[in-house]
Amino acid sequence: MEELCTGLCSVLAESGADAGLALFLSLLVGVLLVSGVPLITVILLIWIERKVAARIQDRIGPNRVGPVGLLQTIADMIKLLSKEDITPTAADRVLYNAAPLVSFASVVLIWAVIPFTPFHYGVDLEIGALYFVAIASFGTLAIMAAGWASNNKYALLGAFRVVALLVSYEVPLVFALLLPVMLAGSMSLLDIVNAQTGMWFIVLSPLAFVIFYISSQAETGRAPFDLIEAESELVAGFNIEYSGMKFGMFFAAEFLHVFTNGIIMAILFFGGWLGPLYYESPLIAFAWLGAKGGLIYLTTLWLRNTVPRLRIDQIMAFNWKFLVPLSIANLIAVSFALKLLQELGWAPRDLLSASFGELLPTTVILLIINGAMILYLLGVLRERGREARRESHDPRAAIANVGAAAD
Amino acid sequence: MELNAISIGFVVFSIFTLGGGFGVVTTRNLFQGTIWLMVSLFGVAGYFILLSAPFLAAVQILVYIGAIAILIIFAVMLTRSVARIKERYIRILPSFIASLALFLILLLGVTIPIFGAHSPESIPEYVASTRNLGTALVDENGFVVPFLLASVLLTAAMIGAIFIARDENA
Repeated sequence: MEELCTGLCSVLAESGADAGLALFLSLLVGVLLVSGVPLITVILLIWIERKVAARIQDRIGPNRVGPVGLLQTIADMIKLLSKEDITPTAADRVLYNAAPLVSFASVVLIWAVIPFTPFHYGVDLEIGALYFVAIASFGTLAIMAAGWASNNKYALLGAFRVVALLVSYEVPLVFALLLPVMLAGSMSLLDIVNAQTGMWFIVLSPLAFVIFYISSQAETGRAPFDLIEAESELVAGFNIEYSGMKFGMFFAAEFLHVFTNGIIMAILFFGGWLGPLYYESPLIAFAWLGAKGGLIYLTTLWLRNTVPRLRIDQIMAFNWKFLVPLSIANLIAVSFALKLLQELGWAPRDLLSASFGELLPTTVILLIINGAMILYLLGVLRERGREARRESHDPRAAIANVGAAAD
Repeated sequence: MELNAISIGFVVFSIFTLGGGFGVVTTRNLFQGTIWLMVSLFGVAGYFILLSAPFLAAVQILVYIGAIAILIIFAVMLTRSVARIKERYIRILPSFIASLALFLILLLGVTIPIFGAHSPESIPEYVASTRNLGTALVDENGFVVPFLLASVLLTAAMIGAIFIARDENA
């Protein structure tokens, strides 16, 4: 109990509070702070997302409420909160009302393990990376429960697609996640960041990053993987019966999930808070993490607003016939190469304390292996593209296909 | 039993596990039954946390809630009349005797040291970490042979499933 009681807790205990109460209060403040960060962030994120989408589509976006429309989300929230709270008569009341909460909680809970700076994190779990995957599975559950409890055929169809999409893309996601874990020799996100002091993992395994990026885009259910809520096919998808703040929670969960994935990718592959002068002040470290995560987040917005939706069979074929074999091959190739280099003495045994110089030969060799795999893949993709074009050599059929796939 | 965080946690997770189990067998709705099953499995994951085995807790959630329960839900959604099951289970007496016998056996196994010492003192101070678990799974003196056998079994099951599901004409 004593070793847990540091910082605010010790201050409270010294000022005469009961030891247990002091610990409870300090933990409560910590929990509120860590869960407060994503709750505040999401309000800004919605504004950013709408602005970016507007600029890509050559519009201005929200610009009426507050300076450059910054308060638009607040106004929307007030609107959503003041709307009538409707539960359909045929719906399963408990599940229907619990689903938005579970959906939002599953994203906020991820923030518990995110290390903001070397000293500021909710909790440093020994199984941090696994925790991230385990918590994400609650999101799947929430969407299925929402789709079923709504008692609406379009909602149910949307929920069916969730199983197909989210569960399938979890496989390459986990395989890609294994690489940073393996390189760092630890599942703790804090250790994974510290292990990148010598070299960021994006340089050691760029292919794993690409796989992780694609699968996490699919996990959030966004274009080109947005068939969970394909407006043109399912009216709205799993959330069709939801209105008011219950709809708002699904909405906020999705927006937050995208940004959370950006932060997770920054931690796993881009060295988290590592950057010039990060040791000077925790604020600089925090700014580095935010900048890296934000940049990745912006690229996902760019992708979302650029590409059309894929058909369900295309998405499944891409995952099971391309992404999953690729992620397994990548894992085997990199782990084999790393072990070989360690046996030869060219790579350090423990990356946690390895410097840039010690890691240089490993980096070069791993980069060559990754480059060779990427070149081969590009060849395979080009061949498949040619085949697809040959199949639809009738130009009118091709145009019809493009029209069907677009939003 | 003194009242501390662990005992409170134990009570909470026991309520989850037993209450979830009770929900599974009493509900007339297959979908809700699956949700109750998840609640019960979640409680078991909580026990693993209390036993300082966070890896097993995460795997419990990932495999049982994230994969198996979702699969059950998917199967349930494909069945007819999910919401109102008319059939009643009639073999109440045999089930009662069987569950009572199982409960007694477990009770005896836990309280009487048949399978070795079970006093609280026999629990070692040293708590194994996830790293120890990983090493033990691939160590020659550890569990490498059972681990490999389980892997082969799972691979065989997967190949079998693919073979059964394969379209003959494709």
